[in-house]
Amino acid sequence: MSLHVVVRHAAPRLDFAAELPEGEIVALVGPSGSGKTSLLRAIAGLLRPRQARIALGDAVWDDGSRHVPTRARPIGFVPQHYGLFPHLTALGNVETALLVLPAAERREKALRFLDAAHVADCAARWPRQLSGGQKQRVALARAIAREPRLLLLDEPFSAVDRATRKSLYVELRQLHAERPTTILLVTHDLDEAAQLAAHLVMIDAGRKVQAGPTASVLTRPASETAARLLDIPNIFSGRAEADALLWGPHRLRLAVAPSVQGNCRFVVLPQNVLLVRPDRPLGEHLDNVLDGRVRDTMQLGTEALVWIEPAGLPELQVQMRLPVRALERYRVEAGSCVKFCLRAAEIVLLGS
Amino acid sequence: MDWPAILLSAQLAAATLAVLLPLALFGARALARWQSPARPWVEGLLALPLVLPPTVIGYYLLVTMGGQSPLGQWFEALTGQTLAFSFTGLVVASVIFNIPFAVQPMQRAFEAIEPEVLEAAKCCGLTAWQSFVRIELPLAWPGILSAAVLTFAHTLGEFGVVLMVGGNIPGETQTVAIAIYDRVQAFDLGAAGAMSLALLLISLATIAVSYGLADRLMKARKG
Repeated sequence: MSLHVVVRHAAPRLDFAAELPEGEIVALVGPSGSGKTSLLRAIAGLLRPRQARIALGDAVWDDGSRHVPTRARPIGFVPQHYGLFPHLTALGNVETALLVLPAAERREKALRFLDAAHVADCAARWPRQLSGGQKQRVALARAIAREPRLLLLDEPFSAVDRATRKSLYVELRQLHAERPTTILLVTHDLDEAAQLAAHLVMIDAGRKVQAGPTASVLTRPASETAARLLDIPNIFSGRAEADALLWGPHRLRLAVAPSVQGNCRFVVLPQNVLLVRPDRPLGEHLDNVLDGRVRDTMQLGTEALVWIEPAGLPELQVQMRLPVRALERYRVEAGSCVKFCLRAAEIVLLGS
Repeated sequence: MDWPAILLSAQLAAATLAVLLPLALFGARALARWQSPARPWVEGLLALPLVLPPTVIGYYLLVTMGGQSPLGQWFEALTGQTLAFSFTGLVVASVIFNIPFAVQPMQRAFEAIEPEVLEAAKCCGLTAWQSFVRIELPLAWPGILSAAVLTFAHTLGEFGVVLMVGGNIPGETQTVAIAIYDRVQAFDLGAAGAMSLALLLISLATIAVSYGLADRLMKARKG
């Protein structure tokens, strides 16, 4: 069973097709204006695309002339600004999603969902009296009250402070563990996606760039567009051969033989560029060891960014991440000479 | 004090509200959601009574409702009485010249409802009617109140259109505004003054109370 989404639309421009796993938290990640929210609205039935096929398992919601109205789709939706009904209390907001039930049962169930979202004590408050985090929780309680098969969250954590966001992450994970529904979470924050989602879909200009298990997408971009969306700085050109990658004067060993030989682009994540400790002999485990000169360093809290010019490639810089104490211990500073290694298993060749 | 004229004005205002408010409510909601190049023209047509001299509107209504017109003849054949110079004719005229006063505040109120709130209603499984009754009507309430008060107060004070369409028949079409004019023409300034003061106080009280209510409602919502 999966969520099948094919959406084509002119304005906003969408040309998206993906098969998303059911029962998982799926993050839809992309820059502003990439079509994430429009896609979510199309899945909810709030935007009627020019051409679409949207189906959750056997239930087809959009297909040619067939269009199931939003109210008939088993979804819960938390929009970016929550969309709470301002004239109803928190309890009234949740009760509105339960109109199919008799009034007494409705109240009891609404209170239960407010409790599940940790805002039972806010039941009698009006939306204007709630903090950002409380509004978000009430909107979530309202969205899950119908016990939807698909929960759509549109940047739900963007308007709350950092501490609240952290606790909301935990609560969402707990909620998902208790009610294993499919959650489609729109965000532009890769860290948020990494912390919450098991599956990640990257979107740009209305098109799917890459989709897959979160850890895999974040560390192994399939294309240069994906690498740029992931904000990976170390994107270089090389030449793939049967068992190696030629990079300027260097011959880099690859863990897996490249599928296509010839000119190519490749990336190495900064956390996978390793500093070779000058106080230890080169071990067998270190491969692709290169000489370089440190161009610059920048401390960011307990971590530091280091830019290294590889020997023989004066026009390039390789970015590396190091703990600040390593900078001091190994005297890594602008102008110093270092040895670094690009592990064969972490060199990712990019498709076109 | 010409109590029959004051009573007639109140009856006219009430009848106008009863006919116009439901029609304007649905019209205003439809206009608030309608996206079309023709929209400014329709809005302009509905707002015409705001800019046209009342005598011009009165003239066209008189021509449309007069005994020579198809509408006038049809009404006379149906009821045995003329539409022009009758209370019914006055209600028809009053409904038409009050359209902008009823439609515009409600249209603005419906337009002010956040689209995200309306979409949330759909995602909660509400039908269009449930969404209208449970979400839109309560949120548009200050606008609906404004529309009702403006229509009521404006009908009480309307002179030109009433005189053109209804004439000056005591007990049938002589509203308080016409009665004041009538008293001034007869140099009965005392009666004219008393009625003017009564009209002024009624209008002021109605508008002040409605503004106060709307203000409280908005403050209660925004916090």
